[in-house]
Amino acid sequence: MQWFYLRHTPERLERERVIVMASLVVPDHFSATEDAETLRKACQGWGTNEKLIIKVLGHRNAAQRKQIRQAYEQLYEEDLVKRLESELSGDFEKAVYRWILDPVDRDAVLANVALKKSNPDFPVIIEISCVHSPDELLEVRKAYKLRYKRSLEEDVAAHTTGDIRKLLVGLVSAYRFEGEEINARLANSEADVLHNAIKDKAFNHDEVIRILTTRSKAQLRATFNRYRDDQGTSITKNILVEHPDDFSVALRTTIRCFNDQQKYFEKVLRNAIKRAGTDEDDITRVIVTRAEKDLKEIKEGYYKRNSASLDQAVAKDTSGDYKAFLLALLGKEE
Amino acid sequence: MIIKPGTRKRGDDRDEAMAQSDELEALTKAFSGHGVDETTLIAVLGKSHPEKRKAFRKGNPQFFKEDERSFERWDDHRIKLLKREFSRFKNAVVLWAMHPWERDARLMKEALKDGPDSYNVLIEVACTRSSEELLGARRAYHSLFEHSIEEDVASHVHGPERRLLVALVSAYRYEGTKPKEDNAKAEAKTILNVIKSGEKKTDNEEVIRILTTRSKLLLKAVYKDYQEISGSNLDEDLKSDSRLQETVQCLCTPERYFSQVLDLALEIDADKSTKKALTRVIVTRADVDVKEIDEEFNKMYGVRLTKKIEDTANGNYKDFLLRLIAKGD
Repeated sequence: MQWFYLRHTPERLERERVIVMASLVVPDHFSATEDAETLRKACQGWGTNEKLIIKVLGHRNAAQRKQIRQAYEQLYEEDLVKRLESELSGDFEKAVYRWILDPVDRDAVLANVALKKSNPDFPVIIEISCVHSPDELLEVRKAYKLRYKRSLEEDVAAHTTGDIRKLLVGLVSAYRFEGEEINARLANSEADVLHNAIKDKAFNHDEVIRILTTRSKAQLRATFNRYRDDQGTSITKNILVEHPDDFSVALRTTIRCFNDQQKYFEKVLRNAIKRAGTDEDDITRVIVTRAEKDLKEIKEGYYKRNSASLDQAVAKDTSGDYKAFLLALLGKEE
Repeated sequence: MIIKPGTRKRGDDRDEAMAQSDELEALTKAFSGHGVDETTLIAVLGKSHPEKRKAFRKGNPQFFKEDERSFERWDDHRIKLLKREFSRFKNAVVLWAMHPWERDARLMKEALKDGPDSYNVLIEVACTRSSEELLGARRAYHSLFEHSIEEDVASHVHGPERRLLVALVSAYRYEGTKPKEDNAKAEAKTILNVIKSGEKKTDNEEVIRILTTRSKLLLKAVYKDYQEISGSNLDEDLKSDSRLQETVQCLCTPERYFSQVLDLALEIDADKSTKKALTRVIVTRADVDVKEIDEEFNKMYGVRLTKKIEDTANGNYKDFLLRLIAKGD
């Protein structure tokens, strides 16, 4: 009985809850050395045994992947990441490369890639800022400085202008208070501020940006709920109706990430799958970054809203090793 | 020798009057400047005869007013000043003992509460601490005040300076070695163009970007390059925008900035918030660069900071400050 009680501490329950929502399937037995040897074998000789790589890496969590990299380095005096980069190609290589990095390092890379595009990919920056806890975001900023020798906000500022810059720099620089307490009076007054700003034809963004980039997440959700109660419609809908422009897209993305990130990611996947074309960046990003977090829940949401399984949709839209890898992360058993 | 009443010599009266006025002078000095001279207060007021104290009250109209009901009454304003001077030592000790994170968080909170005249303290803390120290202060702010510093700055500060201040307290600047691609010259040109154009600089997008996101190493290079291409110093050219000027000074020439702040604080007619800077700067820089500030102060004003403090501060407060400065020796 004591064992049972100790098993269910709040921390453990939280950990188990997160594990339950993850889609990644990890075997019970793990040996970093064995895995390193397997991967070495997969890369030796002519060609590469991609299936073996997927079998190993597609079923290891972040801590295990880190140990595998270390074991590989010790055994073969070579960086596993670099080896894989040279052996693999295309979408499969991009996906494996992102997958094998440490999560915070990965986000730093994703942010940098997003900024360097000729049309910077703002949703990526917004996602990273909104979906993490304040301390996790801080770790991403540290990782970014380490890798690129510039601060994240420095690069975001350099690749944006105007109000988009104000919004994105504010989002990445925030170190929000993490309490669950909300001030109802403040939620009320700031819901009014948002309402007045949106209603106004000129739509001065400064107050909206101030609220979105500084308030705690709990306070923001309370404010959005209050807005919906007062106005009868969601704030994102009103922004869309009153001001259908590019900046508003960024605002709505931000609000949706705060309000319901699973629904947001499900929509990103749905749009990416619908889109004709070869750019799989969105699909890779969502699956790789959420596989250990809440991809299972995203799958369930996807099924509910589309009456089709996400696995099947991804399988139809992708091919080859890339497809096999994504399906592994989605939880497909061997 | 027994002096019978009525047999006082003329010389005695004069000596006594002199001694009394010396004491008056000593007392007045004990209360003026920074802090209080506890030893003198004990020596003079502690022993003085009720008649002598009455003479002190009557002889000091700025401290005591003649009340209509026939007594000399403490001037209310003076009492406030005295309380402040007595607390100076206490505040210095309390601030010194604090964890630097808590210290900076409380300094920023107080600056926000005090209003625009104190916003320079926000700039000072945000710009003269290392990235990790500023982060620590933000953490402490969460614990102490259950809000983030940027949330409070954003909701309390209005007008064009808001953007600058929020960005400064949110910065997490790169602090490593100089990266290969360094566009300091281009950034200096950008700033020069904004200044030359005459437009409002405080919320100019590019000026804010450069000052609030670039690393300090790069900004020092920008400061140098600006001097080369324009012939004048960046902070001088920003004189019309005091917030930007303070920002540049804190980021690029902090010892100079602190020397100026201390010089103002040590002036005879300095006001309440300017005077506070003496404690704040010495306590917050004692572990960092107070020696360099002392040298810069000497270069700028021809007198050692320690000598200036010796002359203008009193008692335990003075001793405490001087001890903090000497600590490294």
